[in-house]
Amino acid sequence: MTIKGYIRERFFPHIWCPGCGHGIVLNSLLRAIEKLGMSKNEIVVVSGIGCSSRISGYVDFHTLHTIHGRALAFATGVKMSRPELNLIVPMGDGDALAIGGNHFIHAARRNIDMTAIVMNNRIYGMTGGQYSPLSGYGTLATTAPYTNIDYAFDTVELAKAAGASFVARSTTYHVQQLAKILKQAIVHEGFSVVEVLSQCPTYFGRKNRKGTAADMMEYYKNNTTPVGSKAKKENPDLIERGVFVEKEMLEYCREYDKIIERAMKGRT
Amino acid sequence: MKNQNIKFIQGNEACVEGALYAGLDFFAGYPITPSTEIAELLSYRLPQKGGKFIQMEDEIASMGAIIGASLTGSKVMTATSGPGFSLMQEALGYAIMTEIPCVIVNVQRGGPSTGIPTHVSQGDVYQARWGTHGDHAIVTITASSHQDVFQTTVDAFNISETYRTPVILLYDEVIGHMRERLVLPKQGELPLVERLRTSVREGVDYHPYLPREDGRLPMSDFGGVHRYNVTGLFHDMWGFPSDNPEVVHDLIRHLVDKIRNNVNQIARFKEYYLKDAKCILISYGSSARSARHVVEYLRPRGEKLGLLELQTLWPFPHDIVNEKCVNAKHIVVVEMNMGQILREVKRAVERPERVFMANRIDGVFITPKDIRDILRVIQGKGV
Repeated sequence: MTIKGYIRERFFPHIWCPGCGHGIVLNSLLRAIEKLGMSKNEIVVVSGIGCSSRISGYVDFHTLHTIHGRALAFATGVKMSRPELNLIVPMGDGDALAIGGNHFIHAARRNIDMTAIVMNNRIYGMTGGQYSPLSGYGTLATTAPYTNIDYAFDTVELAKAAGASFVARSTTYHVQQLAKILKQAIVHEGFSVVEVLSQCPTYFGRKNRKGTAADMMEYYKNNTTPVGSKAKKENPDLIERGVFVEKEMLEYCREYDKIIERAMKGRT
Repeated sequence: MKNQNIKFIQGNEACVEGALYAGLDFFAGYPITPSTEIAELLSYRLPQKGGKFIQMEDEIASMGAIIGASLTGSKVMTATSGPGFSLMQEALGYAIMTEIPCVIVNVQRGGPSTGIPTHVSQGDVYQARWGTHGDHAIVTITASSHQDVFQTTVDAFNISETYRTPVILLYDEVIGHMRERLVLPKQGELPLVERLRTSVREGVDYHPYLPREDGRLPMSDFGGVHRYNVTGLFHDMWGFPSDNPEVVHDLIRHLVDKIRNNVNQIARFKEYYLKDAKCILISYGSSARSARHVVEYLRPRGEKLGLLELQTLWPFPHDIVNEKCVNAKHIVVVEMNMGQILREVKRAVERPERVFMANRIDGVFITPKDIRDILRVIQGKGV
């Protein structure tokens, strides 16, 4: 299957702005799926609301474009009913960690087998540039015209603390690494979180004088470093990327199968 | 000889029995009084038949999970009460928009807000109708006895599958917690509607949102051979977002008309002594039990009293109510709220000045005496 074979050409052109990082995430995701040789019928993409969530419409899988923040809850119902399906849940940073924060930590806690992708552009793009829980202290947004006094979550630390069994981070600059990480995340049995730093030149970039899309990607290049690198020790401000957690843990649907077995035994 | 098919149980348990009889596969819920027994019992019973139960982090997630599960072909349900029902409203609208079958039980307690959790109320009648935003149609059913709870639960699944719509089972605390006899029907005794699946073969274009001539939409299970998009945005026949005025208009008409055009098919009601009744009580849910008691008590004493017990509350059966009440001098709506069905009855009947209210709103179950006292006033027999 070529990459094009995974796309619903009928639904193009997409709605993303020129320079938006989300198309790169889509590209890496499809390359990962292609490498894995997965059949289109075994993949379900569940998304919420926002720029990122439109990704589900463009791919030729079973696609469920739900309501703001609740994608993981819908995905939980799909997965529990049909555990053999592969669930991929792309979300924006506000979608996943503000309105959807509760579902995020609980899906992680259950270790239900799905891949949550947090496409982090540090802003609410679709509504026109309001600050998100990942904008960070000192940034500007249409709802933070003086300055933002909200501290940001660290998606990786949050996912780790909530119990996700696979946690990784990459950026739209590091496309090869991103595809590789997404591949690992999909294969991993359990709740996988992949945070992708994805530029929004239209709103975050313009408001915070971050330059063009290319400038913002260059920033990812210059300000990130592989997990555990020496550079991080010398410069603690660098953002680490790579795989932070990859551990074997009992998966929720398999555990529930044991419940069924036990319940049925009790009956006969 | 012990008859295994006769049970002495709570209304919440009767609902569980009905749901399992109808073929429930998946339940997601969150604990809340007075509906919790439904979740507790299903966590025990569902895995015994290979079904799935999950306790989600809140009612929003519960609603999301059942919608997701329904898309894979499962029969699904959730159960809650006032505050939880409030949280479910957005996803309920999503199920309406995307036409995904699901059953939502609301065992009503007193509100607004946290209200009076362990006491009875029928205050969510209008919330069931208009709780979610935007123009829409909805089906809401209730019952006054455990046999009817069982039957209406089965009905709810059947209606949900037939019209591809969420169905709300609007019980109340008295029905949920009261114990009485339930005779379990044998398998096959009650008809069950299974999901209408598409006959379109693999490789042939399947239009998930192109209704057949009869308005029904054959489904394809997620994970099957047809891949399609489901969205809460207005969408075309492919399920893809659209703001084309014609698409928007046609979809909202389809969503409303598929229910509105079938009001009489969806209407479930019971009638007692209506033929010659000069005074007709209209009630539903647990308050219909007291209303029926009043009718049975006063009939032998010469009063021409009748009862119309509504089970389908939405879509409200205006024509049926009007027709049944044509010859009545007085129409008294018995309910435990400030007059929610009263308003609908007034809209339904000719000469609405005949319509009176007999209600109680203090968390205490309305008794036959409460109703009789109000009747005396209405009939001009003094206080």
